[in-house]
Amino acid sequence: MAKKLRILIAKPGLDGHDRGAKVIARALRDSGMEVIYTGLRQTPEMIAEAALQEDVDAIGLSILSGAHMALVPRVVDLLKAQGQAGLPILLGGIIPDEDIPVLQGHGVAAILGPGTTTDAVVAAFERAVAGAAPKS
Amino acid sequence: MSLLERILAGDRLSLARLLTQIENEDPEGFQTLSSLFPRTGRAHLVGITGAPGTGKSTLVNRVAQTLRARTGAAVAIVAVDPSSPFTGGALLGDRIRMRDLSGDPGVFIRSMASRGALGGLARTTAAVVDAFDAAGFGWVLIETVGAGQAEVEIARTAHTTLVVEAPSLGDDVQASKAGILEAADLLVVNKADLPGADNAVRALQSSLELAANLRPVWDHHGRLEITEVEPAGQPAWIPPVLKTVATLGEGIPEVVEAIRSHRIHLEGSGGLKRRDRERLSAEVHALLGERLLEQFLSSGRGPELGAALERVVAREASPREAIEALLGRT
Repeated sequence: MAKKLRILIAKPGLDGHDRGAKVIARALRDSGMEVIYTGLRQTPEMIAEAALQEDVDAIGLSILSGAHMALVPRVVDLLKAQGQAGLPILLGGIIPDEDIPVLQGHGVAAILGPGTTTDAVVAAFERAVAGAAPKS
Repeated sequence: MSLLERILAGDRLSLARLLTQIENEDPEGFQTLSSLFPRTGRAHLVGITGAPGTGKSTLVNRVAQTLRARTGAAVAIVAVDPSSPFTGGALLGDRIRMRDLSGDPGVFIRSMASRGALGGLARTTAAVVDAFDAAGFGWVLIETVGAGQAEVEIARTAHTTLVVEAPSLGDDVQASKAGILEAADLLVVNKADLPGADNAVRALQSSLELAANLRPVWDHHGRLEITEVEPAGQPAWIPPVLKTVATLGEGIPEVVEAIRSHRIHLEGSGGLKRRDRERLSAEVHALLGERLLEQFLSSGRGPELGAALERVVAREASPREAIEALLGRT
């Protein structure tokens, strides 16, 4: 059995707009990936825990609440503490331009804003996983 | 430290990595699992099956919480969802209903895609369950793909099989059909706050009274009594029919108590050993079939098999005749 990419799609924070996350989950599924969708209002702790238990190859976070500067670094830190520092994180939602370099500095692999096609999202996940350090 | 040692030391990431190796049928993963195998056979395996949308995940969430609170033992959940037969992709959404379990280090949830298997589980689900068992989880809850009528593979994998129904899914004839209901050790009518719940309970109960492993006899007061026909004169287990509203947690303590009673029944009646043997026997036979086929194909007789297939396609031989001819000439 060929290795399947396993992707966690999560919505941290308090906004209830999950249409985007569901569209992304569906697009990744249709490209042949196994997508674990965890639903709304996840804490960074819940996301890191799910990423560990499911041993995913990448995490997609969807944030429209404006809380990305608080939530994303917290997820990054928790993954580091687990020994999963190299796990790619991709971010979607409403992210102001000036925050992008800061988030990239935290190690976010790609930031995909409004207007990104689903094909581009699939390609971004494939690229991020291919470019990640092998799991120990 | 090796992966094996780290798992035995309780490292959760290492366990997660092993589960991935097993799922990918990686020889290294199977080797680790073989080293762990002597430690298996201690966990109680509970299968949860039923039609899509009956509330299996929500029920698993509640049952796991109650098991944690009452027994203190660690709980593993293996949740299987279907893979697309067209793209091979899967959307695994069972965790959505299990958020209450987050933050408890004594709970480990693993989602699995069915990857083409049709029995309601993935090919490697039993091996993943073995890994949890060996890693010291006292309870393993296995949630199947939303299953219809004949996906009874779970009954071979689990010690206690829980079949979840919801009101208004069918009449009493549906309840009498062969298949999944016969595999049930416990029947749960979930969403019992919806109309039709009592009818569903009645239909299931009357179906159980007609079940083949029970022998109804009229006692001299004209009462119907059900007596057992289990081997060795042990009392039979009569599957209870329980009502739950899993979203509200109603009826969950009764489900957990029924699971524990069933475990005690299995221990007392010798059923535990019998089920364990049946499960391992099915696994050994399936593996033997696979390996014999591999051996055949790698013995240079692949072309013969190809020629036999051509004869079948041309309707010159039936599949049965072609295989007989192939094996007769060994």
